[in-house]
Amino acid sequence: MAGNSAPIAAIELVGVSKSFGAVTAVQNLDLVINDGEFFSMLGPSGSGKTTVLRIIAGFEPATSGTVLLAGQDVTSKAPFDRDVNTVFQDYALFPHMTVLENVAYGLRVRGIGKSERNLQALEALRMVRLEGFEDRKPSELSGGQRQRVALARAVVVKPKVLLLDEPLGALDLKLREQMQIELKELQRKLGITFIFVTHDQEEALTLSDRVAVFNQGRIEQIGTPRQLYERPESEFVARFVGTSNIFSESEAASLLAQPEACSVRPEKIEMRPSSQSQKDASVLPGKIIESIYIGSATRLIIEIDGGKKISVLRQASAGSETNFDRGQQVFIEIRNADLVPIKK
Amino acid sequence: MRLSRTSKWILGVVTIVTLAIIYLPLSVVLVNSFNTSKNMAWPPPGLTLDWWQKASNSSGLMAALSTSVMVALGATAIALVLGTLLSMALARYKFFGKQAVSLLVVLPIALPGIVTGIALNNAFRTVLGWNLSIVTIMVAHATFCIVTVYNNVMARLTRMHPNLEEASADLGAGLWTTFRLVTFPQLGSALFAGGLLAFALSFDEIVVTTFTAGSGVQTLPIWILENMFRPNQAPVVNVVAVVLVVVSVIPIYFAQRLAGSEQRR
Repeated sequence: MAGNSAPIAAIELVGVSKSFGAVTAVQNLDLVINDGEFFSMLGPSGSGKTTVLRIIAGFEPATSGTVLLAGQDVTSKAPFDRDVNTVFQDYALFPHMTVLENVAYGLRVRGIGKSERNLQALEALRMVRLEGFEDRKPSELSGGQRQRVALARAVVVKPKVLLLDEPLGALDLKLREQMQIELKELQRKLGITFIFVTHDQEEALTLSDRVAVFNQGRIEQIGTPRQLYERPESEFVARFVGTSNIFSESEAASLLAQPEACSVRPEKIEMRPSSQSQKDASVLPGKIIESIYIGSATRLIIEIDGGKKISVLRQASAGSETNFDRGQQVFIEIRNADLVPIKK
Repeated sequence: MRLSRTSKWILGVVTIVTLAIIYLPLSVVLVNSFNTSKNMAWPPPGLTLDWWQKASNSSGLMAALSTSVMVALGATAIALVLGTLLSMALARYKFFGKQAVSLLVVLPIALPGIVTGIALNNAFRTVLGWNLSIVTIMVAHATFCIVTVYNNVMARLTRMHPNLEEASADLGAGLWTTFRLVTFPQLGSALFAGGLLAFALSFDEIVVTTFTAGSGVQTLPIWILENMFRPNQAPVVNVVAVVLVVVSVIPIYFAQRLAGSEQRR
C-alpha cells in the first residue's frame, strides 16, 4: 500500500470474497481504483466482474472483506446510502415514467423541488444530446437513446463514481463505437471515476486508463491497456486480450531457445524469404495452411515443422503487396525482444 | 391455419350453442323480471314494472345488498394489503419455509367451503371468543380472497425485472419510496384485476358466509336463497339477478380494456 501522502482512492476493495451457495464468484480480491480514473473490469462471463460491480454498488453483500468508498467503510451500507450510481446493462428505465421523470428521479427522492429538479434533468438530457425527448416514454426510444437516458439519470445526482455494467452490450456495432467516444468525452467532462464492466477486450483497451482482467473470480492482471497488450503476464491474459501465440515451456526451449513459457503477438512476427539466421531472433520454417484477407491486413496460419500452428498478421503497406497462398513454404522470424514470458 | 368450410361451419355452430346455453337463461331472467305472472309463466302473459318497484322498496333487500358490498370491500381490502406483502416477500426474498408458505397461501381456495366455514366458525366463537358479525365474514372471505391478489401480483412481480427496484435504490430511494414510486405503479393493473376477482369471490360466497355470519347479518346471496322460494318474493329475485348481471359487466369491461392496453404497451 502507498504511504499516507497518497491521494485517497475512489474505491478500495480489501480481501473481498463472494459465494453463492457452493459457487465462489469472487475470491479474496484486493483492488484500488484511483479518483477520476476510467477503470475497466474485463473478463469472460462468469469471471466475477459483474459481481464485483454489484458489491461496489451495494446490491450484493460481500461474503467477506471490506469495501471503502473515498476512504469510508461502506461494506454494510445499502445502495441508497452510497455515493455511487449505476448504469444497468438493460438500462432499467422506469417504464411508467417519462424520460424527464426518469432522469429527475434521483433528485426527486432527495426532496428537490419540481422546477429545480426538472431544470437539472433537462441540463443532463442536453449533455447526452436528448433535448426534445423529455416527454417520451422509454418504450418510445431506440436502444441508443435509452442508453443515454440511463446515463443522464445516473450522472444527474453527481455521484463520485459511476458504475457501468456492460452498458453498450445491447447496441449494434456502429452505435457502440459512437457511444464509446461519447462515454469517454463524458468522463473527461465530469471528471469522475468510471468503472466499466465489459467482456469486449477492444472496448476495454479503447476506453480505459487501466484495465483489470478477471478470470474465475480473481484478477489475472491490472495495468494500462498498453501494459496488458504488450506485456501480458499470464496465458489467460495473452489469449483474452488480443490474439497471441503461446509457447509452452518445452516449445519455448526447443523452438526459441528460451528458458520459460512465453507469448508473442501475431503482428510482431516477420516473414523471411530464407532460413538465414538473425541475431537475437529465431527463424522457423513452415507452411501456410490458411490465408485470410481482412482488408487492412492478412491473417496467416502457419504450421511450423513439428506441427505447431502460428498466427501471423501481415499489415498491408504502401507500395507492392506480396501474396501469400495456402500451401506456400515460408520462414518466420520471431525476435527475442518481442517474446513476453508468461506465468502459468 | 386454414380451416375447411365444413370445420368452420361446425365450429361456428358449437360457438353459438355454447354462448346460447350460457346467455339464454340469463335473458329469461331478464324477461321474467317484467313478467306479470308470479309463477313466471312462459311465455309471459304481460309485462310490468311492479317487481322493480317492489325491489327498490324492499328494505331487507337493500340491507342485504349493503352488507354484501361492505363485506366484499372489507375482504378485498384485507386481501390487497396482505396479498401484496406476501407476494413481495415470496418474489423478492429467500427465507426458510418459503415453499411451504406459498403452498399454504394458495390452499384455502381449493378447500371445500364447508370445511373452511366450520373451521372458522369454531375458531372465532370458541377459540377466540368473538361474536359472529360482519367482521367475521370479512375475515373469513379474506382467507380465500388473498389468493387471487397473491396470484396476480406474483405473476407481475416475476415478470418485472428486479433491476427497476435496484435502480431506484441506486438513485437514493429507500425501501418505502421505491415501493411507492416504482413497484406499486407497476402493480396497478395486477392489483385491480386481483381485487376485482376477490370482490366477486366474496360477493357471491354463500357457504362460508352461512357459518361465519352473526344473527341478523344477511348478505345478498343468503337473502336471495331465502326468498327464492317464497311466491311473493320470487319475481323480486329476478330483478336482483338482472341488476347483478349489469353490475358485473362493468368491471369485466374495464378489466378487459386494461388488459388490452397493457398488451399494446
